[in-house]
Amino acid sequence: MAYFFNTPEDRQAMLAAIGAESVDELFAMVPAELRLARPLALPAAMTELELTAHMQQLAAANTSASDALCFLGGGSYDHFIPAVVDALSSRGEFYTSYTPYQPEASQGNLQAFFEYQSLICRLTGMEVSNASLYDGGSAVAEAVLMSMHATKRQRRVVVAASVHPEYRRILETYLVNLGTELITVGAPYGTISVDELAKCIDDETACVLVQQPNFFGCLEDVAAIGRAAHERGAMFVVSVDPISLGLLKRPGEYGADIVIAEGQSLGNPMAYGGPYLGIMACREDFARRMPGRIVGQTTDRDGRACMVLTLQTREQHIRREKATSNICTNQGLYALRATIYLSLMGPQGMREAAQLCLQKSHYAANQLTRAARFSAAFDRPYFKEFVVRDADGQVETLLAEAMDQGIMAGAPLGEWYPEWSDCFLVAVTEKRTKDDIDRWANCLTRVNSRREVAHA
Amino acid sequence: MRNTRATQSLFTLSKPGRRGALLPACDVPEQPLESLLPPSALADAPPPLAELAEPDVVRHFTNLSTLNMSVDTHFYPLGSCTMKYNSKRNERLVALPGMADLHPYQREETLQGMLRLLFEMQEMLGEIAGLPVVSLQPAAGAHGEMTALFVAAAYFRDLGQRRTKVLAPDSAHGTNPASAAMAGFDTLSVKSNPDGTVDLNDLSAKLDQDTAVFMITNPNTLGMFDGQIREIARRVHEVGALIYLDGANMNAILGITRPGDFGADMMHFNPHKTFSGPHGGGGPGAGPIAVTERLGGYLPAPLVARDAAGVYRLDYDRPKSIGRVRAFFGNVGVLVRAYCYIRTHGPDGLRRVSEEAVLNANYLLSQVKSFLPVPQGDRCMHEFIASATKVKGERGVSAMDIAKRLLDYGFHAPTVYFPPIVREAMMIEPTETESKETLDAFAEALRTIIEEPAELLHAAPHTTVISRPDEVKAARNPAVRWTDGVTKQ
Amino acid sequence: MTPNDLLYAKTHEWVKVDNATKVATIGVSAFAVEALTDLVYIELPAVGKTVKAGEPFGEIESVKAVSDLYSPVTGEVIEVNSGLASDLGVLNEDPYIKGWMIKVRLAEEASLSKLLNAADYEKQCSEEAH
Repeated sequence: MAYFFNTPEDRQAMLAAIGAESVDELFAMVPAELRLARPLALPAAMTELELTAHMQQLAAANTSASDALCFLGGGSYDHFIPAVVDALSSRGEFYTSYTPYQPEASQGNLQAFFEYQSLICRLTGMEVSNASLYDGGSAVAEAVLMSMHATKRQRRVVVAASVHPEYRRILETYLVNLGTELITVGAPYGTISVDELAKCIDDETACVLVQQPNFFGCLEDVAAIGRAAHERGAMFVVSVDPISLGLLKRPGEYGADIVIAEGQSLGNPMAYGGPYLGIMACREDFARRMPGRIVGQTTDRDGRACMVLTLQTREQHIRREKATSNICTNQGLYALRATIYLSLMGPQGMREAAQLCLQKSHYAANQLTRAARFSAAFDRPYFKEFVVRDADGQVETLLAEAMDQGIMAGAPLGEWYPEWSDCFLVAVTEKRTKDDIDRWANCLTRVNSRREVAHA
Repeated sequence: MRNTRATQSLFTLSKPGRRGALLPACDVPEQPLESLLPPSALADAPPPLAELAEPDVVRHFTNLSTLNMSVDTHFYPLGSCTMKYNSKRNERLVALPGMADLHPYQREETLQGMLRLLFEMQEMLGEIAGLPVVSLQPAAGAHGEMTALFVAAAYFRDLGQRRTKVLAPDSAHGTNPASAAMAGFDTLSVKSNPDGTVDLNDLSAKLDQDTAVFMITNPNTLGMFDGQIREIARRVHEVGALIYLDGANMNAILGITRPGDFGADMMHFNPHKTFSGPHGGGGPGAGPIAVTERLGGYLPAPLVARDAAGVYRLDYDRPKSIGRVRAFFGNVGVLVRAYCYIRTHGPDGLRRVSEEAVLNANYLLSQVKSFLPVPQGDRCMHEFIASATKVKGERGVSAMDIAKRLLDYGFHAPTVYFPPIVREAMMIEPTETESKETLDAFAEALRTIIEEPAELLHAAPHTTVISRPDEVKAARNPAVRWTDGVTKQ
Repeated sequence: MTPNDLLYAKTHEWVKVDNATKVATIGVSAFAVEALTDLVYIELPAVGKTVKAGEPFGEIESVKAVSDLYSPVTGEVIEVNSGLASDLGVLNEDPYIKGWMIKVRLAEEASLSKLLNAADYEKQCSEEAH
């Protein structure tokens, strides 16, 4: 076995030093009747060569976004990842270290996390960022719990139906045990109505949660929503797409109290859903309510500037049942990747990526909706995603046939919104070329004409 | 030799006009911005990020990396964190495009390799746990813990029972009570015996019809296996409550004993510890949970299922499910590495992991106990707690002083001041991927340090890039982002 | 140095009652300040909030620990020492006068009888120190 050291001689010498006859004797604390009397029923060991062949075989049984054209979105996106991100984050000094409990031996990670926090603040227009949470979905739940602590309002939370349905499901799961009422405001035309929303907010509402751009890709009237929340003393929590902030107003500019985001787009692979990066930033007033690690600047005994984990009394290892959250491990390596990504992109790179997404998604929508069968489901401004309605209502067949031609053409909406089972969600990133988009539109349109031929 | 210029802040290195990544020109007909988006939604300027050239970025982060200790560079006996070697093959395999470039909403027929891997992972973890139903969704150990408590809450709700209490030993990880609070339970602390085992009388006194769950870490946070576990389980089950096993210390018992066999109803794994998913400077981890058959229906959806034809699919049809705790499937990248780790070792190899981990820990204990007392005695499982109370009393040298001085000797420090029930605790976990020579050198360093002048130790570390930071200053006036050169909004 | 004119809770808060106005001034003892070490943050209630005897009215943090502040009395908060948050050093220098935290208009006086006098409180502290 490649990772063990002890030779039979080592074992003998070590047992002698311990004063034990055998390794088995060291397990004497485990009562005999609790011991497993057989080997674990697991497949036999593999060498690196065998494992590599096996994994390649499993990988070959998948069709990846490298083999097919990916127009899937809904919180996970096929954005470009520069080679530098992989090269730097695969340095063992980064990925085989742990939480910087010993700051003197962790200044590299601490500075990277401090830079991450600084970049996230600048990206979102907020004052304080933590050093990451698990993912954009659980970050939503953490933000809502944080608002309940900060406002000391436990009774009600108001959420837009246009927030990612899986994020809302997470929120439900977290809140059911706390007895908090979750009010969902409908988005029948792709965005929510501020008047409808305002009616749902009462004086015991902890926060209003929206997503910008929302799950359908559409832009909400966030400034008005924020005002409606603040009028009743509720906090305004916004989930954003970090790529969109190359172009769109930053949440700090329209009154957000807590911003969360799925940071996968910032240099992290789609990896079938994770690990991803939960981004969270807030206004200074709420810093001590924030979950997760936070790195702060200070000086050492010799007066040198340095970094350290700070505000630790918020955390579970000190506060235990009264902690802000139970979070311990975060997503350090993915925060590092996002830091490297943002350093490479800079302001201009972020703006250009956002502009490419915007232009290409609009081109794609225009190309596809030239066919009579397809129309835009919502007449609202959108950023990089849009919802297409199939007049034939054959979404499943359509997407299956597109896949046969090597195109992941979109995600069916019906699973989450049964009323829109004739619709699918399409995302277009900067990676899709005009040719890709034309191929996608032609493919979907051809499926259409073939069907009509079959009917004739 | 240090390049202190390259490790200046990103924002100091920034110069307007520099670019690190260029994107292709737009190849579709462009429309005016204002015809696509309302002006009120647009920012006046791009976000004020740093502006750097690609070589700048490479040199900055490469130099930063050299300021860290890591498993690749140093012995890292951080107790409770299982800092074992992270094999390079796993990194290469997880990055195969057929693994890394999969979108979570791909059609199931395009994911058969991945779903098979995840299905086998469910099966293998179930076998190691002795608990048959597994959810891979939770993103970290604490997240798994919380998920299991949600499962328990749903189970009791279904039974029509209102149970309000979770019990946990006073030696438990801080995540235990914090997770219980998030699931709406009140936590009651159960006393431990001096060796960290559960005080059965105190447990019985606190167990009643209001108790939902008893959370236990076994082997416990003192590195001892609590042999009373069957009796504990009997008493907990007698009042209708459930046993939750915090699987943080599974590295000691792989193939030796199984939580399901010693009475646990639910547990989580820490694949980033036990199955060597790298720790990543503080994550990502994963927190899969395994439960008994009767609790299986409450797990978050989806699970991976295999039909009679051998086709893998996502099973969302779970009417009693608590819902979701995370978007998409889970921390798949961590699970893929753990899968590679388990397949590399096989059943005999996994058992050997625990044997070697326990042998190494006992050997190290035998080498340090004469000068650094180990209150729990001469034997341990995969880790042990030494206490600096003697040297603290004699010369005022604290566990923290020793920890800091170890850095000068080229060793990462053990976990200090945990668990809270041992004074001046130093929690040492060598893991199985260290040699006798390394353990000898570490013991020798400790022996030398204990004899060094107190003033030298109070001022340690002496050779690291910084000395001890002023934590009070950091917490009193938090400076948590770079502010120079930014116009105040 | 424990002032004799104050009453003390077992949880280390002190109370000074003005019998004419029925207003109680509340702070924490020098012993508690010392034990907490390096204070970094304090959270006090807003004016108008009701506090109950034996229940937390705020929190105080050091680098490594956080402690609830328990109200020794029941009543309405009528004044808060808002300068304290920005200058926690006052608690070390003068915990009994300048370091007061809140003033409460008493809703009842029964809970005062459960508090300790200076001598008994000092006795408790010397026991805790061991």
